[in-house]
Amino acid sequence: MKILQLNSITDLKFQTMKTMKTMKNISFYALLSIAMIGCSDDDTAPEVINDEELITTVILTLTQESGDQVVLTTVDLDGDGPDEPVTTVVGNFSQNTQYQGAVQFLNETEDPAEDITEEVEEEADEHQVFYTVSEGLNITTTYLDFDDNDNPLGVNITLETGEASSGSLTVTLRHEPVKPNDGLESAGGETDITTSFDVTIE
Amino acid sequence: MRLFALLLLLCCSMQSYSQDCNNTLYGSLLDIHDGSVLTGATVIVAQTGVGVLTDLDGNFVISNLCSATYQLQISHPSCSTKAFSVLIKDDTQKTFKLEHHLESLNEIIVNGKKTNRATKSIYENLVDQKTITTFSSGSLGDALNSISGVSSLNTGNTVVKPMINGLHSSRVLIINNGVQMQDQEWGAEHAPSIDINAVGTLKVIKGAGALQYGGNAIGGVVIASAPKVPLLDSLYGKTIFSGSSNGLGGTVSSSLTRSNQNGLYTAFQGSLKRYGDFNAPNYNLSNTGVFERNIAATIGFNRIDYGVEAYYSLFKNEIGILRASHIGGAEDQVQAIASPVPSIINDFTYNIDAPRQDVTHHLARIKGFKNIENIGLISLQYDYQQNNRLEFDVRRGSNKDKASVDLVLDTQTLTIDVASDISEKLTTKFGIVGSLQTNYANPETGVRRLIPDYDKYSIAGFASGNYDINQKWVLEAGFRFDYTHMNVFKFYRRSFWQDRGYDNQFSDLVVEEIGNQLLVNPKLDFYNPSFTIGSKYSFGLYKLFANYSLSSRAPNASEQFSEGLHHSASRIELGDLQFTSETAHKISLTLQKIGERVNFTITPFATKIDDFILIEPTGIRQTIRGNFQVWEYRQTQAQMYGLDLDANLSLTDNVRFVHQFSLVKGYDKTSNEPLISMPAANTLNSLVYTNPNFNNISIAIQSNYVFRQNEFPNTNFEVVLPDSIQTVDISTPPSGYHLLNLNITAAIRPDMQVGLYVNNLLNTSYRNYLNRLRYYADDVGRNITLQLKYNY
Repeated sequence: MKILQLNSITDLKFQTMKTMKTMKNISFYALLSIAMIGCSDDDTAPEVINDEELITTVILTLTQESGDQVVLTTVDLDGDGPDEPVTTVVGNFSQNTQYQGAVQFLNETEDPAEDITEEVEEEADEHQVFYTVSEGLNITTTYLDFDDNDNPLGVNITLETGEASSGSLTVTLRHEPVKPNDGLESAGGETDITTSFDVTIE
Repeated sequence: MRLFALLLLLCCSMQSYSQDCNNTLYGSLLDIHDGSVLTGATVIVAQTGVGVLTDLDGNFVISNLCSATYQLQISHPSCSTKAFSVLIKDDTQKTFKLEHHLESLNEIIVNGKKTNRATKSIYENLVDQKTITTFSSGSLGDALNSISGVSSLNTGNTVVKPMINGLHSSRVLIINNGVQMQDQEWGAEHAPSIDINAVGTLKVIKGAGALQYGGNAIGGVVIASAPKVPLLDSLYGKTIFSGSSNGLGGTVSSSLTRSNQNGLYTAFQGSLKRYGDFNAPNYNLSNTGVFERNIAATIGFNRIDYGVEAYYSLFKNEIGILRASHIGGAEDQVQAIASPVPSIINDFTYNIDAPRQDVTHHLARIKGFKNIENIGLISLQYDYQQNNRLEFDVRRGSNKDKASVDLVLDTQTLTIDVASDISEKLTTKFGIVGSLQTNYANPETGVRRLIPDYDKYSIAGFASGNYDINQKWVLEAGFRFDYTHMNVFKFYRRSFWQDRGYDNQFSDLVVEEIGNQLLVNPKLDFYNPSFTIGSKYSFGLYKLFANYSLSSRAPNASEQFSEGLHHSASRIELGDLQFTSETAHKISLTLQKIGERVNFTITPFATKIDDFILIEPTGIRQTIRGNFQVWEYRQTQAQMYGLDLDANLSLTDNVRFVHQFSLVKGYDKTSNEPLISMPAANTLNSLVYTNPNFNNISIAIQSNYVFRQNEFPNTNFEVVLPDSIQTVDISTPPSGYHLLNLNITAAIRPDMQVGLYVNNLLNTSYRNYLNRLRYYADDVGRNITLQLKYNY
């Protein structure tokens, strides 16, 4: 009566000592390497990054034929930081007058300040500046510059005033708006700049 | 092999003569490696030729045996057949073990139920290989979504971040082949960097019961493991092709494993996924394509009692983010929310433009184990991970092709643990984990760092044990302590530093002043204890699990150091340098019934979280780019409770009804408001027809109803537009919705299976409260996927 013991997990006799030694070695070297990497604690300071595409400053200069100017400026040097943008209006508009307008976008955290207007003009088909006027303020604007598809850009405009009134003039720069469009409402895209000025026609 | 075993049996068999032939053998059959029960195995008594099958619990009974030694041949479709000799004297109980590994060619036969669990007192949810296969063209998050109580925080349909009972990000640990993923999981729009096709089994532990993986798993732990390799001479693999109508793309995934009886094995796996723009029922979702590439390789040597394994995987994923979601400030948000269709709809394309994410994750691991008598199983593991995250925004001029976010997170971890069977009843596990993490933000982006440069050192120790009091009661307890040190270099804007009053409190941390920025060097220490205790009680067909866990989590880099505009959310996010750890207490119960026709589990839970870190809107900030809502992180007391229900009812031998229901409620106890972004109640009901005798066909029709979330904090705000004042409604959840899905699989050959999956069969337009892009577009419409799986 021969019973063959097939009941088998693989024979478990092996070189226990040798394996243990290997394990010890592995753990030793692993610990050593992690300790070494851990100790190479370089306290070198990272380099500063100034936001490259930041627009800190908008200057809208409106000049009438006589040379008199109205200058509208907004400055926000800390970008999306807690300091609010500072808006200044120098001069009042005259009644029933035509002005030549030019807007400038600057990054003043760089020295010298970077003129972002150039980039906007180079990528005219991807940008548009919108000028919106509050109700009761007698101002109309007309685009003077156009992209390759003959859609308006709005870096250069003419601005015509009517009778004496006051209200707000808002400048909005949109990146990648739908072009052509019927104005801000339907333009979509991403707002890069929006700033309002309280102006007076006298 | 089977024939050989049978021949051997015949040669060696003997007739036994005995008087007493009324004995019964009560056998149970387990997988030698993981203790899974083996169902549907054939047990043949060589001497008599009597054969039986093991039942659903791996048990079998053979009566009328004489008092003698019998030869049994046990065969299972996915194991190598083995012969055993068993001495019968009176009624005998015996456990047999087989090598259960080879994925069966026709999977219904395999019903591996894990008995070696990561925790004994928390019910563990499992996604099996068959279900994972149906998600081959989806993501890990999609597969996890099939579990009750698991939902996801989505960014579109391709960035799917798992959420367990309403908690996500750093509160959910994801363990990939034994390695805790360090893939910048803090971001709500960061999906886990895991290829679903490389996963063999997927387990979810709701809560922090599995302390070996971390004490900070306030939400839970997801454990993804590669398929096991058999200890026999074999070369096998499989390839899955999927093609989908929505996104007009497909997935190819292939694996090949070479194993040897001597224990040496190698395995390779790779997958490729490419989709163009997905479609909502009424329009194209422009720029939502995806391009994912993964490879993984394993080489190892397993002698059951000792072994080593080296593993490497590369995950690379490029994901387009809906173009219409990239907007400016509150003014743009008003328009986007008011518009019924996305503001940008282009023609279908495979191109992935900005905004997009490009994530690369390397994972390398070496692991060894050795079973030492009188000590136990000692394991040692070293792993290295590198996660590089690139995010591309819509930019201007020369920066167009430059990433806005370029973060490299390097993590090394060394783990040593010892698992011991102190006695038949008491098993213990001890371990030490040390890790080193470095975050590096590339300054080339030209955008201020989202997450600062830091070095993080941590060391943890844990001990856990479980005690089988008797057949009915199991007790378990565990303890863990984590120490974390962070050395951070961060540039703060001077205006923010002063606004927060940090200039008074932390002036000694300032290293340098450059222009309007300050370089600050905080060094932070966190001490996090965690603890768990629980029991399992078995009675009849029922099991009752009860667990209490205390878990504690150090704040992550995003919660501490966010400071600035988060483009993809169109809001300013502010962290807090002074945060302390959050501590959670969770009690969970599960009642499980495993009956012949009715199976169910019901899991109620309650969680209290002290110093819970949440982000919520606190005001509006004016900038030159317009108005932005400011969201600030803060700490509060939170309470959550809910219920997960799973039921499975066999109506006939071929038809079953599957039901799932999940509910979670969360409240901020300081403000007495509901917590934001809690998943809505939802229920999943399926009718499944299967017929193993007819090409193993399976037809499932599934109904998924997601209720409207009725409890939410009101975070709406007002914005002044050039011509009006508008309320920006960012908090009202969308309506509830109902989706119908159809899944059909059949084996057209023993080695070939086809699948037809139709999601959103009725092409329903809907928006999901937990989809971050819900303001901008509907979710995806009908998707028909045809899948072919070939085993070899």
